[in-house]
Amino acid sequence: MFDNFPLWPQRASSTAGNVDALFIFLIIVSGLMTLLVFSAIIYFAARYRHRKGVLAEQVEGSIPLELTWTIIPLGVFMVIFAWGAVVYFKSRTPPRDAAEVYVVAKQWMWKLEHAEGQREINELHVPVGRDVKLIMTSQDVIHSFFVPAFRMKQDVLPGRYTVLWFRATNPGTYHLFCAQYCGTQHSGMIGNIVVMEPAQYEAWMSGGSNGPLSAGGEKIFAELGCATCHRMDSQGRGPNLQGVFGKPVQLEDGRMVTADENYIRESILDPGAKVVKGFKPVMPTFQGLVSEEQVNALVAYVKSLGIPVPGGVKTSESMPAPQGAPGGGSQVQ
Amino acid sequence: MATATVPAVERENYLNKEYGVGSWLLTTDHKRIALLYLISITFFFFIGGFFALLIRLELLTPAGDLVQADTYNKLFTMHGQVMVFFFLIPSIPAVLGNFLVPMMVGAKDLAFPRINLLSWYLYIIAGIMMLHCMLTGGVDTGWTFYTPFSTAFSNTKVIEAGLAIFVAGFSSILTGLNFVVTIHRMRAPGMTWSRLPLFIWAHYATSIIQILGTPVIAITLVLVVAERALHLGIFDPKLGGDPLLFQHLFWFYSHPAVYIMILPSMGVVTEIIACFSRKRIFGYTFVALSSIAIAVFGFLVWAHHMFVAGISVYAALIFSMLSYSVAVPSAVKVFNWTATLYKGSIHYDAPMLYAFGFLGLFTMGGLTGLFLSALGIDMHVHDTYFVIAHFHYIMVGGALMGYLGGLHFWWPKISGKLYPEGWARLSALIVFLGFNLTFFPQFILGYLGMPRRYYQYPPEFQVLNVLSTAGATVLGIGYLLPMIYFLWSMRYGKPAPDNPWKAAGLEWQTQSPPTTFNFPEEPVVTWEAYNYDEIDRGHKEEVNVVG
Repeated sequence: MFDNFPLWPQRASSTAGNVDALFIFLIIVSGLMTLLVFSAIIYFAARYRHRKGVLAEQVEGSIPLELTWTIIPLGVFMVIFAWGAVVYFKSRTPPRDAAEVYVVAKQWMWKLEHAEGQREINELHVPVGRDVKLIMTSQDVIHSFFVPAFRMKQDVLPGRYTVLWFRATNPGTYHLFCAQYCGTQHSGMIGNIVVMEPAQYEAWMSGGSNGPLSAGGEKIFAELGCATCHRMDSQGRGPNLQGVFGKPVQLEDGRMVTADENYIRESILDPGAKVVKGFKPVMPTFQGLVSEEQVNALVAYVKSLGIPVPGGVKTSESMPAPQGAPGGGSQVQ
Repeated sequence: MATATVPAVERENYLNKEYGVGSWLLTTDHKRIALLYLISITFFFFIGGFFALLIRLELLTPAGDLVQADTYNKLFTMHGQVMVFFFLIPSIPAVLGNFLVPMMVGAKDLAFPRINLLSWYLYIIAGIMMLHCMLTGGVDTGWTFYTPFSTAFSNTKVIEAGLAIFVAGFSSILTGLNFVVTIHRMRAPGMTWSRLPLFIWAHYATSIIQILGTPVIAITLVLVVAERALHLGIFDPKLGGDPLLFQHLFWFYSHPAVYIMILPSMGVVTEIIACFSRKRIFGYTFVALSSIAIAVFGFLVWAHHMFVAGISVYAALIFSMLSYSVAVPSAVKVFNWTATLYKGSIHYDAPMLYAFGFLGLFTMGGLTGLFLSALGIDMHVHDTYFVIAHFHYIMVGGALMGYLGGLHFWWPKISGKLYPEGWARLSALIVFLGFNLTFFPQFILGYLGMPRRYYQYPPEFQVLNVLSTAGATVLGIGYLLPMIYFLWSMRYGKPAPDNPWKAAGLEWQTQSPPTTFNFPEEPVVTWEAYNYDEIDRGHKEEVNVVG
């Protein structure tokens, strides 16, 4: 009915319903508060309007009344806070087995690379019903990955990863907006999220790929000679990276950190920042020598080493499907 | 409601005591400085308003067609910078506060009259720097100066704009300093803290924020300039800096700055509601302390601007919870104002209409703040038009309605003339309707997902944008009208009696316009604030206690 004039956004993720429910609750609560205050104001303003010969009656405040309208709103506010916190907390805790997509934002485009190796620009294909985790960074200024139909956004920062995850629920094409002002073409930094039925998605995924991202990372790892120090037999000048990902790491200065994506990334670009206990800060920085995409590939490779299958590299179960299947969009080779 | 007789011969007052440009530019009279501020901020208001008009015209159609993308980005940046730093922050404190704080406490002037003049000169220097920045190309970072865009990527006049705001900050600090000292040290005999008008309490709270918060934005802008000009790595990750550090520092000031804009407006509205319902303010102590609570809690909520910026989930939880703590004192004020109307004798003069408008718009602005503080909602509506609508309801609906209401209320005292009541009521109505038409559709736009600072947008957002632009036109008329009839009244308006509203407060007990030193002799205060019972009945009334 309101094709050209929607009043409610499309709903296409597992989070969207939770956000909408809270939003509707807030509309009801604030509607009631507005009704209460406005009807009191209008009633008093009409009932006690100035009449000749009638003077105002002085009424002093009272502490019980003041406490009432301090404590009741505070209680209501805390309910809103708790509800909002639950919705947020859920949407900020990515499930462990989510499919991973690496996102690099730059003025003014979105570059996306599936862990399976598919690359896209300004478009992201995802299947219905599967958890998808975006590992995002920016090449220049701050951007923000915003999908209104999913009711979520996350700023994308230069120099680190931020993460967003979702589970799409309805097939369709949805807006992707950059929500953080990023310069001239900020409003042109938009794209589409294409949510597909699983079968269609499998077909799309089988379209040309250079192999999984981690395989690309393995190649870079070899080309840059990382393996000379990071030896698999733990005899190198750098720590053995096998099984490191996701584990706690004891640092030279006594701190403990978790070897997550941001830690691996930092160790490539600023190796002196957090040196592993028992090692010397001898690793040179790769800042400026590797692109954001190459860092992503390296991170994906190190992650794949974390899987306790000997020499195992995480691949998609959907990989060996026929070429040239329908579905599609702009895949970049 | 205006009554009482007016003396036939014009008496000596602060306006006619001396003439000539020098007598104005070298004045140390707080009332003349208030007028200097009034003229200067009105000038910047219309510049900022002109930018807003161009923004709204560009958004009339989904495609970018009226101006270039870069021009559009400069327009919203400079609209924000001018309106925030050169209009809203100085508006009520530097004009009405400057004029009224000394009179309300029964003093001859502010504690440091020359520093007061200095603050105006700093404002003017900052204003000239800002104008120079605009005329030589402008700036496109958004008023928020987010790094590393502002320090490494924008090729516009970031340094010039930053330094202009840096200087304007000192003007604001000096005003705050002057108020705090005046309120502490210069109260007339008998003017105890509990007898102070709530306007003074509101300005006291505002001054605390100005003194404690403004230096932080000054430092932050210096750091931006240092990184941009000297490549010191502070915020840019490429130089080893942290872009989130900038946001923390920026919002540490810029969130409390919202209360610099809204608290004085709350003070104005309190005075107006008491006068036009002929009542003591319900719960004086709670209204007074809620101003202080807002100033204190206001410093603890800044990271609610950063829920999706990449801060930790736990930090977000804490800041979300604290954000609700600042909503409570605001709600307490609204309830007390409403209760003040109870059993009053309510007059519908223009200042009261503005105060009603304030109540309506501020309530809606405040309630939508509850939406934004809820983490689960913010991750959807952050950086969308929902935010734009929310803060305009507070800063324009709230702060500007209060400012206009206050200008009408004290205009007879300031100018010695009465404004035309019919026109004033009409303009209050136009502003209220125009405002809602402009900004209400933006709440819907925001929930639909239209991001802010978009030069072009998908076509399904057009209908709501057209409504908003139409509203802005109405609103523009509503703002032009008062300027026209205030100017008109200075020449043609009826002379104002000393106390046309039969209002309480020391400022009404001296002549209109007042003499240079405000009072013929130092007043001695023997009554409580808002003694409307004594004014209307000629004696003190038994006060009923409810609850």
